[in-house]
Amino acid sequence: MSMLHRLFNFHGGVKPAYNKEASTQQPIAVSPAPTFLVIPLHQSIGGTPRPLVQAGDKVLKGQRIGEADGNVSSAVHASTSGTVTAVEMRLMPHTSGLPALCVVIEPDGRDEWITRTPFDYRNATPTQTRDYLRDAGVVGLGGAVFPSHLKLNPGKSGKLDTLVINGAECEPFITCDDVLMRERAEATVKGIAIMREMLAAGRVLVGIEDNKPEAIAAMEKAVAGEKDMAVIVVPTRYPAGGAKQLIRVLTGIEVPHGKRSTDYGVQCFNVGTAYAIYEAIALGQPLVSRIVTVAGNVEKARNYEVLFGTPMADLIALCDAKPDTDRLIMGGPMMGVRMPADSVPVVKATNCVLVGSPILFPPPPPEMPCIRCGECAKACPADLQPFELYWFSRAKIFGKAQEYNLFDCIECGCCAYVCPSHIPLVDYYRFAKSEIWAREKEKEAADEARVRYEFRLFREEREKEEKAARLAAKTAAGREKAAAALASVDQPTTTPEEDAKKALIAAALERAKAQKADAAPQNTEQLTSEQQAEIAAIEARRAEIREMAKPHLPPDN
Amino acid sequence: MISAILVMALGAIVLGAALGYAAVKFRVEGDPLVEKIDAILPQTQCGQCGFPGCKPYAEAIAKGEAEINQCPPGGEEGIRKLADLLGREVKELSAEHGIEKPKAVAFIDEQICIGCTLCIQACPVDAIIGAAKQMHTIVADQCTGCELCLPPCPVNCISMEPLPESVETWKWKYPVFAIKPATKEVA
Ligand code: SF4
Ligand code: SF4
Ligand code: SF4
Repeated sequence: MSMLHRLFNFHGGVKPAYNKEASTQQPIAVSPAPTFLVIPLHQSIGGTPRPLVQAGDKVLKGQRIGEADGNVSSAVHASTSGTVTAVEMRLMPHTSGLPALCVVIEPDGRDEWITRTPFDYRNATPTQTRDYLRDAGVVGLGGAVFPSHLKLNPGKSGKLDTLVINGAECEPFITCDDVLMRERAEATVKGIAIMREMLAAGRVLVGIEDNKPEAIAAMEKAVAGEKDMAVIVVPTRYPAGGAKQLIRVLTGIEVPHGKRSTDYGVQCFNVGTAYAIYEAIALGQPLVSRIVTVAGNVEKARNYEVLFGTPMADLIALCDAKPDTDRLIMGGPMMGVRMPADSVPVVKATNCVLVGSPILFPPPPPEMPCIRCGECAKACPADLQPFELYWFSRAKIFGKAQEYNLFDCIECGCCAYVCPSHIPLVDYYRFAKSEIWAREKEKEAADEARVRYEFRLFREEREKEEKAARLAAKTAAGREKAAAALASVDQPTTTPEEDAKKALIAAALERAKAQKADAAPQNTEQLTSEQQAEIAAIEARRAEIREMAKPHLPPDN
Repeated sequence: MISAILVMALGAIVLGAALGYAAVKFRVEGDPLVEKIDAILPQTQCGQCGFPGCKPYAEAIAKGEAEINQCPPGGEEGIRKLADLLGREVKELSAEHGIEKPKAVAFIDEQICIGCTLCIQACPVDAIIGAAKQMHTIVADQCTGCELCLPPCPVNCISMEPLPESVETWKWKYPVFAIKPATKEVA
């Protein structure tokens, strides 16, 4: 279906070499299950799912192994059948090189599914459908891995003007959306139709860059029967696949700084997400694999359907990495992040494993001072002033950086790409953003502590008053009796209540002492002098602490 | 088991409601300067500054009775912010009040705990739960790391554990930029 559609321009952008040909020569291949799958529980924005399995459990393909933690979270599933061998900390596909909780599965080779039942979303409430998608682990596959069920909500108005489907795929080397649209256009469009129904969207615009003629043809064929759904060919310019940029090109709507597209009746999803929604709803299959481009410094670049948890090393072994390979990048050359090792697993966010070498990605020339030429501002698709952001981030004046809309930066790298002084601008923005987030978290914790502290003061005050009132009542009721009792007691400063408590503490202390004596080591005679000195030092420290604790303890008799 | 969970849940709800209520009802419309200073202080409530909590210290600063460099948990950055706010000069953290340490949370060795409740009474933010003669636990999310629960413990079973860095708390490092050599290299 062809129609004349007016296109708009987004500000800035660059035209790097696409490098997309190598990986689109052959159809999608299935990457075999590895010896061990390492499936991280935290794979989407939001809370870390709670593990539902433990070592020794048998799991089926598609069985939930991590349950969404709250609403802003998404479930995680076993990507093939087998035995859980461990739930432990493993290295994450994250620049930090830090580990996180993962479920390790040894596949049994049968690849046996759970019972798959399509979800009848037409007879379910919107909330039920969203919960179903959350439990099916569907997240945005464009790279941001935001839980899709949260976006599939038309909001207060109950409807949406335009549903934008993002098939632009503007970043060099990456072709996973391209091949998906070529080979699975019909299923993808079915997924889009489901989303359109859930969002009650008026029209659907599928944006594809003009360097993907096969994908465009396949998608045009697939949308032919659909009402108000059109494939729009957009000019190839990085980053046309940024959500705000694509919305601008297709609808002319300029979403202002700090606003969201839904405020303007537009919502944007990636084509891969549409396909995942089709699989979850129409086939009853939770998200257990995705298409991953392997490209760069390899002999055989190609797209693979990869089970989540497959180590990247297993994947690139299929593609014959060249001997001078020195790094793996998750994502593309513009926005990707370097992996700490090749043992890290493929996760929902892995759209591409870019294999690098010193020749393919030579070390950047030395950074020079900013000459305020303004090239970066010309290139910035988010209409920011990158040199100002750079200046404030570098000087750690974070408040100012925020005033200049640091958080609207999509980290596309256009500014650093054009900068004549070779300043790694995005590194500065990432640094500033994570510092600001950390500070916000600290501030929140401090605010909570203040409330709790004030409540405690208030509670202590109230308890004191109540006690005084009780005492007064008692005194009034039996003044003589109390006086008599007081006269007969030597230490009238403590109430019977406190006495009882102190006795209890003393008794418990005695018990603890006895327990400790029982557990005291027996063979203390044949120790070296160092060991004995160490013991003596420890005993001295204990004695000191006991001294310190004295004022808080009940008197000995 | 279920009833225990229910009781705890009920307790949490009641406490939460009381907290919310108290926050609204007992908000003291205080001196705006004190509030501003208090907003900068880290709310660890540890007393190292020589005052029984952050608010009293904030009041003392506002009255000009205390220096701005007495809060170790706030550290250098806290001092800088206070100096900015009050137009005073930045000073080094006063050593007599302590040193800046990485944030840690208290941890109770539940094997040794005798359930004496002394630590509960010491905790300024009610981050320790437990009843008499039951072992106690610290809610790590709410612990400010003030260390006030350490001295009262008669069996010395509380220790401070530094918070490990995780993928969620990890921060991008400040970019290290290569220094351009002064002499021209022959290309
Ligand atoms: S392009 Fe580079 S040198 Fe030019 S203004 Fe931007 S940061 Fe400065
Ligand atoms: S990385 Fe950020 S500042 Fe730089 S061009 Fe992209 S959006 Fe603009
Ligand atoms: S030293 Fe402790 S009590 Fe005093 S202001 Fe700092 S955190 Fe608060």
